Amino acid sequence: MRITIASGKGGTGKTTVATNLGLALADDRPVQFLDCDVEEPNAHIFLKPRIERTKSVEKLLPRVDEAKCTYCGECAKACEFNAIAVIGKKVIVYDELCHGCGLCRMVCPVGAISEVPHELGVIEYGVARGFPFSRGLLNLGEAMATPLIHELKQGIDPDSLAILDAPPGTGCPTIAAIQGADLALLVTEPTPFGLHDLRAAVGVARSVGVPIGVIINRDGIGDDMVERYCADEGIPIVMRIPFDREIARLYSQGIPLVDALPEWRDRFRALYDTTTMKLAREDGVK
Amino acid sequence: MKICITAKGTGLNDPIDPHFGRAAYFLFYDTETEALDAVANSPGAHGAGVQAAQIVAGNGAKAVITGSVGPNAHRGLAAAGVEIYIGAQGTVADAIADYKAGKFSRAAGPSGKGHGG
Ligand code: SF4
Ligand code: SF4
Repeated sequence: MRITIASGKGGTGKTTVATNLGLALADDRPVQFLDCDVEEPNAHIFLKPRIERTKSVEKLLPRVDEAKCTYCGECAKACEFNAIAVIGKKVIVYDELCHGCGLCRMVCPVGAISEVPHELGVIEYGVARGFPFSRGLLNLGEAMATPLIHELKQGIDPDSLAILDAPPGTGCPTIAAIQGADLALLVTEPTPFGLHDLRAAVGVARSVGVPIGVIINRDGIGDDMVERYCADEGIPIVMRIPFDREIARLYSQGIPLVDALPEWRDRFRALYDTTTMKLAREDGVK
Repeated sequence: MKICITAKGTGLNDPIDPHFGRAAYFLFYDTETEALDAVANSPGAHGAGVQAAQIVAGNGAKAVITGSVGPNAHRGLAAAGVEIYIGAQGTVADAIADYKAGKFSRAAGPSGKGHGG
């Protein structure tokens, strides 16, 4: 079982849901937590993991030997990402655009291209509150987050409940974190902005065929637009977290809800046991 | 000398397309013969600016006149020794006239926003 917690933008309460869900369920079943928000991971604030090992994630960048190159342009023609250009008597590699697929090296008729490893970031593996915890950390200035998420997913144990805290947004890294999940829980706020971001997130989850449930955070602020949208689209609202001073205080102090307020432990368990299980099992649910 | 103007259409009276990498057409104008050739642009999802720089340089233009040029395209054009003139407005004919009158200043660095990943 794999559940991805996602949202169209940051700061909606995604990590609150992910961490509390993990903590509430870990007593009953093997749980594993993956913080896939590799640009701004913050689940560790609540889970306080002990990191045991790290692994570097690299991509291989092409380097051209100008002494061998005939400027035939085959490499540039082959590159789907336009990351290598042959302009006059120059070959330019755009390291930030390069996906490290190696195609240019393979098509070069004179073997002028070699590859050098370039670190994108690291994966940290450890233990948090008794369950396996891993997170990706994208190196500063690096734009390519998706390979880190793929690497994190490699570490998923199929026999446990994997909880993935997705990067906010709707780009490739978010898609990578949602793809292959049995359920995506989309966290949003009941405001026009929240609705806008939710629509985008719903589009992403549907594009990869993952069933969705919506969680409304800061319930009570804003309007009922999100609710009406969900009703129209047939998307179940599976939890509401009220706009509450105590909840906000716990959040700001890095204290998980389920630790301080036991009723939330029951709520997160119920979320999983009833709604979640039903949703995830219904194949092709919208 | 051949210069390239980015445009929304293929004729002298068509408006400038200000986004270099994602321009609809590249118009190649020969300042001696006054011949005008249009090459349609089909930017892909990735690295449109890089692709555009290759088209422009590959067609032998020595200067490009457009609205703005992103960092990747700028690097490619600069490597090919193509002069970059930005801030063009109006029609293709206006841009050519302004170029001939020496009204543009050369762009020293990229002006547009890049698109990574
Ligand atoms: S394919 Fe090889 S020889 Fe041809 S331009 Fe690229 S690096 Fe040079
Ligand atoms: S490794 Fe792949 S993405 Fe990078 S330049 Fe070569 S073909 Fe393009």
